[in-house]
Amino acid sequence: MIKKECIAMLLAGGQGTRLGVLTKKLAKPAVPFGGKYRIIDFTLSNCANSGIDTVGVLTQYQPLALHSYIGIGSPWDLDRERGGVMVLPPFVRADGGEWYKGTANAVYQNLDYIDNYQPEYVLILSGDHVYKMDYSQMLDFHKQKKATATIAVIEVPWEDASRFGIMNTDNESKIIEFEEKPLKPKNNLASMGVYIFNYQELKKHLEEDALDQDSHNDFGKNIIPRMLQEGEKLFAYPFTGYWKDVGTLESLWEANMDLLGLKPKFNLFDRSWRVYSVNPTQPPHYIGESSKVINSLVNEGCIIYGETYHSVLFPGVYIGEQAMVEDSVLMPGARIEAKARVRKAIIGSNAVIGEGCLIGEWGNSLEETPLTVIGEGDKVLARAKVSSQNGHGRFK
Amino acid sequence: MCPNMKDVMGVLVLIEPKDKLKELTVHRSLAAVPFGARYRLIDFALSNLVNAGIRNVGVFVQDKYRSLMDHLGIGQEWDLNRKRDGLFILPPEKFADGTTSWLMNGDILMLRLHLDYLARSKQEYVILMTSPVIWNVDLMKVMEFHLRKNADVTMVYHLDGKDECVGTSTEINTDDEGKVTQIMVNPLLSQSSQVLLDTFIIKRQLLMELIDIAIALGGNDFVRDILIRNLEKLKIYGWEFNGYAEKITSLECYYRTSMELLDSNVYQEVFFKNGPIFTKIKNEPPTIYADTAVVNNSLIANGCKIEGTVENSILFRGVKIGKNAVVKNSIVMQKAEVKEKAILEYVIIDKDSTISEEKRLIGAAVYPLVIGKGTTL
Repeated sequence: MIKKECIAMLLAGGQGTRLGVLTKKLAKPAVPFGGKYRIIDFTLSNCANSGIDTVGVLTQYQPLALHSYIGIGSPWDLDRERGGVMVLPPFVRADGGEWYKGTANAVYQNLDYIDNYQPEYVLILSGDHVYKMDYSQMLDFHKQKKATATIAVIEVPWEDASRFGIMNTDNESKIIEFEEKPLKPKNNLASMGVYIFNYQELKKHLEEDALDQDSHNDFGKNIIPRMLQEGEKLFAYPFTGYWKDVGTLESLWEANMDLLGLKPKFNLFDRSWRVYSVNPTQPPHYIGESSKVINSLVNEGCIIYGETYHSVLFPGVYIGEQAMVEDSVLMPGARIEAKARVRKAIIGSNAVIGEGCLIGEWGNSLEETPLTVIGEGDKVLARAKVSSQNGHGRFK
Repeated sequence: MCPNMKDVMGVLVLIEPKDKLKELTVHRSLAAVPFGARYRLIDFALSNLVNAGIRNVGVFVQDKYRSLMDHLGIGQEWDLNRKRDGLFILPPEKFADGTTSWLMNGDILMLRLHLDYLARSKQEYVILMTSPVIWNVDLMKVMEFHLRKNADVTMVYHLDGKDECVGTSTEINTDDEGKVTQIMVNPLLSQSSQVLLDTFIIKRQLLMELIDIAIALGGNDFVRDILIRNLEKLKIYGWEFNGYAEKITSLECYYRTSMELLDSNVYQEVFFKNGPIFTKIKNEPPTIYADTAVVNNSLIANGCKIEGTVENSILFRGVKIGKNAVVKNSIVMQKAEVKEKAILEYVIIDKDSTISEEKRLIGAAVYPLVIGKGTTL
């Protein structure tokens, strides 16, 4: 097998329990995002755009949709003769097999795959973040610092810092302390879950970790603290662009809203850094004679007779006459029948909102209005009212 | 009788009616003319063939075919990137001094040039298409009819009373059994409402034999020199297609057919009825509508940024419409930009063109104004 300087291992096995009804049948990285994409598209596109052509994707929870989506990797130009994308679910060995017990264990169980390419460096990625990042610059930083491991960090608001793994560094960006979700953070540099390791050191630590019965087999909880303890050179690579963990329904909704506007917080129109995805075969979208489509993202295959404001519409969405959709995310094939009204909601794939329904709440400002979520394929009968207040908010 | 579509191949021979689509065909072949916000004319023929289960398609190209080659690539969007069979692009024969072979001036001459492709194919039947038609047809039904009638040739027609097609369409008459009794090529005064959609089924071996004889007798045209001359000898049947179909024969026809897609019945039929229409993927993000966007009765592809007003129009992928710009009854092709306060009515703007601030361009429904590819106004 050909030698590669750096290969990526993408952790995509997460269930995403906090995404509730959206991840009943989907792994979190396969959740639709941004009117066209699935969350994993951003990481895979980053790899393709950074020149990383060998990516092992570690899957475990509900992998069907994810596996069929990734296929042989052609949408991201990762269908390579040597390398390319490889889906790596847990498997059975001669001495039995087991599920991936943690992020580090998932990589440990696939050391054979990595050994095939004899890489100098291994990039560990997570499939549930939305961001655009040039990993080749991070690799340059890693080499320049002669680090054993480099962890990408981003400044988060101080009040949020206690939700993240926080890196305390010296003036040279060398990590002196790592605190997982500290109550009193000394710093606001949060780990993005993007690591570059020198492969030989990583392999040694993974093997040691696997023998430790008490370990959670997790990069953040075990591998990184252990390396620091042993005095390895770990550096923090500061990233300044947009980065969002879309692990909760609220953050998923927010990240979708961040795409709207002519100067959006997160720009999908950057031709120098395209985000690739599997393209559904859909005709152009149609906007009706009395429709209003304002401040929205609309994909192909949508048919809009009603009105939509400040919303994200995935392919094949239908909005009937006199229906009104505001501040919402409508996933592929969602159908809003005539005269229904939807405010601050996520409508799951192929869900049907009956005629004259009221989905969401009115009266308060957008920030104060709670999010309403309708699950994949759910049907809300005509003239029903659903909001997060009346107990049906996380509609099953 | 259920036809085995593995035994059928597709052959597209698109003879260029010179300058029929004016500026739109200056830089590209007719097959590659953009249509319907994200397609090219050839996508409809290719998708219909593929949706019927055909896995061997030969595309005979004449000239200016770079954009067509770029569009088709290795055929993966049509699932024609196959180990066996798949997509074959059959280019013209050009000599070092720039002249082309005499075999270029007629559809059967073009077929003759690559007769070895036909000879080497394994399928028993050929579906031959010679004009760009906007339709979504179940070709399996035509094949079924062909076998049931035990026909030598089946030709697909529809009933069309539109005046504008007269002079550019072949008309036929059939008897009660559907047998073709008369074929008239491009009559200036309409003789029959049975108008050919330039789609034929014939056995591959028979086609090769007929081509050989017809060329030996000085012929060059499939309908004139093979079908009309053999109307008595061959069992030629007509199959009536009763769905939506428009053959693109002129710029007016192109414009009108484009605008007909705004009718939801036409949209549903053309894009969904017997399978999807496939085209080249561009990886554009969804279209963004600004606070100031006013869009009505329009078809819009991905990757557009809309700040102005768009009415009764078609926007291709990556189009930008500036603030206070007004686009009505117009077609704006890929990556064209209409800047602030520009006003367009009945205009077709080809790819990569820019209309600068406050320009006014007004055409007419029967004579849309065409702005050529890459123009800055």
